[in-house]
This record gives sequence, C-alpha cells and structure tokens, in this order.
Amino acid sequence: MTFRKDTLWGWLFCLPLALGLTIWVAFPLGVAVVMSLFQWNMISPAKFIGLGNYVFMFFTDHLFWQSLYVMALYTVLSVPLQLIVAFGLALLLNTKAKGMGIFRTIFYLPSLIPVVVSTALWLWMFNPQYGYFNLILDTLGLPTQEWLSSPDMVIPSLVLMSLWSVGNIVIIFLAGLQGIPKELEEATQVDGGNAWHRLRHVILPFMSPVIFYNLVMGVIAGLQVFTQPYIMTNGGPANASLTYVLHLYKQAFQFSKMGYANALALVLLVLTIVLSLVVFKSSDKWVYYEGDKK
Amino acid sequence: MSLPQVRTNRHFLPRLFIYLGLLLGTVIYLGPFVWQVRSSLMTLSNIFAYPPILWPEDPQWKNYVDIFSIIPFGTYYFNTIFLVVWNILGTLISNVCIAFALARIPFKGRKTLFALSIGTLMIPSAVTMIPTYIQWSWLGGLNSFWPLIVPSFFGNAFFIFLLVQFFRSIPREYDEAAFVDGAGYPQILLKLIVPMAQPAIAVVVIFTFLNTWNDFMGPLFYLNDNKLFTLALGLKSLLSSYNSYWHLLMAGATLVSLPLILVFFFAQKSFVEGLTAGGIKG
Repeated sequence: MTFRKDTLWGWLFCLPLALGLTIWVAFPLGVAVVMSLFQWNMISPAKFIGLGNYVFMFFTDHLFWQSLYVMALYTVLSVPLQLIVAFGLALLLNTKAKGMGIFRTIFYLPSLIPVVVSTALWLWMFNPQYGYFNLILDTLGLPTQEWLSSPDMVIPSLVLMSLWSVGNIVIIFLAGLQGIPKELEEATQVDGGNAWHRLRHVILPFMSPVIFYNLVMGVIAGLQVFTQPYIMTNGGPANASLTYVLHLYKQAFQFSKMGYANALALVLLVLTIVLSLVVFKSSDKWVYYEGDKK
Repeated sequence: MSLPQVRTNRHFLPRLFIYLGLLLGTVIYLGPFVWQVRSSLMTLSNIFAYPPILWPEDPQWKNYVDIFSIIPFGTYYFNTIFLVVWNILGTLISNVCIAFALARIPFKGRKTLFALSIGTLMIPSAVTMIPTYIQWSWLGGLNSFWPLIVPSFFGNAFFIFLLVQFFRSIPREYDEAAFVDGAGYPQILLKLIVPMAQPAIAVVVIFTFLNTWNDFMGPLFYLNDNKLFTLALGLKSLLSSYNSYWHLLMAGATLVSLPLILVFFFAQKSFVEGLTAGGIKG
C-alpha cells in the first residue's frame, strides 16, 4: 500500500472523528465563549455585554458562590468516602470465599440501575415519616433524622446515597487487586508481615495508579453531580443542595439566561482543568508506577 | 514455596471476618432493593400505615399492570428501545472505523487525532451541553430524537480508546498476509479485524445500551413532548405528578431496571472488561 493511499484511507475512516471533534467539541466551545459575552434568552435578539456575565457571576450572584460551596462540600466528602468504601468492598471481594459471584453482583447492582431509579428509591427511603432510614432508626430507638429536608443533612444524605452506587469503582479496584503478583504477597507473609503490613507496603503502593485513576474520575464526577439533587430537592432546602451544574441548568432553562449559563459552563471547564492538573501534579508524590524503578 | 499448614492457621480468623464483612455488606447493599420491591407490592394505605408494615400480606402485583394505564409506559419503553437501537448502530459504525484507522493505518495526523480524542475525556459533558443545545435549536432539532441519536455517529473517546487498545493486540502479520492476497483496508476491517474483535465490540454494544437506557440529562434537555419521553424521563415525570404514590413509583422503578438486570446476567464478563479497560489497560 502506498503512502498516499494510507493517508486517504486513514482520513476516510477517521472522518466521523474529525467531524465530531469539530461539531460536538470545538464548535460548542466556541459558541460557549461567544455566547458568554451576551445577554440572551433565546427569544429576543442577543445583546452584547462584554464580560458582564462574568462580573455578575463573581460579584453579584451569591448563588454562584453557594453552588461552588455545595459542589466543593459534596466532592470533598463523597470522593474519599467512595474510594474507601469501594476499596474495602474490593478487598472483601478479592478473597476466595464461596459464592463470590453472587456477592459481586449484589455490590454492583446499585450502579447498574438508572440514576433516576436509584434517586427515586432513595427519595422514598429518606422520607422523614414513612421512609426506610427513619423506620430503622426508630426501631433501634435512635432519634430520627430530617434527611433531605434539613439544610445541614441534605449533602451528607446525598453522600450516603453515593456510597451505595460505588460498584463501578469496586470493579476497577478489583481488577487492580487481581493484578498484584502472588509472589509479592507471599513474600510479606514469609517475612512475618501481618495483614496491615501487607496492605500498607504491598497492596497500597501497587494499587496507587488505580487509586489515582479513580480519584481523578471521582473528582470530575463530583463536580458534575446534577440528577440526584435535581430530582430529590431541586437545590433546596435554602439552596443547601444547589450544586454547580444544577445552578447552571436552572439559569439556562428556568430563567432562560443562556449567555450566563454559558459563562458558568466555561468557568466549570476551567475549574475541572485546574483541579485535574493539581491532582496530576500531586501524583508524582504518591503514585508508584512499576516502570519507574526498573 | 508456600507453606500450606501455616497459611490455613493464619487464615482461619480472617476468614470469619471476611464472611461477616460480606454478610454485613449484603444486608446494607441489598436492603434498599428489598425496600423497593416491598413498596411496589403495597397498596397506598399500606404505604402510609402506622405502625409501619414490614411486608404486605396481600402483594399487589397489579401495581405493575396499573402503571401502564396511568402513564404511557409502553410508549416510553418503545422510545427508549428505539434510541438504544440507533445509538448502538451509530456507535458501532463510527467507533469501529475510527479505531481501525487509528490502530492499523499509518497515516499523517493519526497521533494528533488520537490525542485530541483522548483529550475530550477531560471535558465535562455539562460544559458542552448548553452550547450544544443552542446548536440544536438553530438546526430546529429541539423536541425530537435527532439530538439523542446523531452524536453517536461521530465517535466516542472512551470507546475509541478501548477498541484501539484491542485492535493493536491483533498481530500485524494478518494484515500483511491479507495485503499480499490483494485485500484493501475495508476488507481487512470487515473480514479480519471485526470477527477477531468480537469481545471488545460486545463491550461497546453493552455499554452503549446501558448509557442510552440510563441517560437522563439528554432526554431532559431535548424532549418536551410526553409522547417522546424515555423511561428515565417518564419515571421522573411520574415522580412529579404522583409524588406520594410510592407503590406505583417503585413498581415503575422496578420495571425500568429489569431489562438492565437481565442484560447484566447474560453479559457479566463484558461488563467487567468494559469497566476495567479505562483504568487498568491504560
């Protein structure tokens, strides 16, 4: 095959990708940048206001700061807890107990069902009068909680719910654990290491790239959480669960502030990139790659 | 090398802890599902009974039938399946072609294209959703299935990555042999690569099914007409209009999840491969 023919075929097969990157990535980003400089409700003509949307965002819109706070709180609470719970489950599932296939299925099911379903289910479980949790607390003689209707409890409630759907993270951890060479684990046993030593000096270093991957993915997902607060609380009570993307959605579709919504979207992009870079930078310190020490 | 008798002793106690942990985990993770099924089999007065009823004496299986007369659940099923089929078609055609070129054809610009594609994984979907919505309003595509189908024909970075990894693992000698026999790239793709890449292609199909079935934001943004609603959106609208009819809501929730659970049982292996491809093989 000649060189020119390769290029022709290559670009022909990649045409959808090249077009897709243009139509679904580059162009929307361009539209977002341009529209973020306008005031526009999609009906009357757009009005150019320069950086007005950004000035409004940073200096006037207290809900922007509220949503940043909610997003940060949710991410800071949920991501580490998700990683710990998922890691614990993966360690349990990596043992040779009987009926492991069934256990794996049970822990994965909550991640399999649609988010709308799990959200509806948990909304009902959080019901203060007839719900699952208060029924359990009441039976145990413990004080019942307000859950989603209390501004202090609403984010912890959402975090609790997120711990139920960690199945995807569990599977990734599990695959990582299964990649640990058996000789390495046996070596610590022969040396008289206990379970803690094995975890601290063998499993954790070996798993650090996988933990890193799940951390990055968890943070990106945490910044974007939308469906759960949208369905359960619509941001309430008192905007205590108004996440960033929910704020963005409301500005666009409830108040028809399309220009402003685009400005919010771009700020989210910048935030995501900055946070990812910070996590990547920190990875030199704690992520161990096999290739490094060869 | 290993010392069997020492290991059994060492593992006796942990083994107990492992079973206890698994048991506790099962109770915690299965509990909500038990609650869901319990609620779906109740009457409205069962739901709000005090003291609470743990399990209904007379299970109301008819809730699962009633739901179809309260909202057009059948239509929602049809719409969802319609979207799933088109998305699978688009995803397969586009990603297999793209990944084939990126993995097997040495052409100018392929590294840049691959890197750009991977780079889009870092862009949160929430960022492009509003401008994409504006684009569709210019094209007159709001309140139709077009915005939920067309993008699948343009490749997906995650699937491209997954397929490229897989295609690269197929020995190149096959291509060379085929070239000698006079085959061109299209024949190599269809007769050689596609049959050999069945496992990876299965992963793409299953995850497209899953993502389309579960998608909420897309339908929420683009569909206003009740006749076009998907199951996910339909369940949300049921939640808004029948917000205390928990028995019906839970029956609906179960019906929405069932096809996924069935698919999962038949394709567990592909699920695991798909989920781990991004994290481990990279």
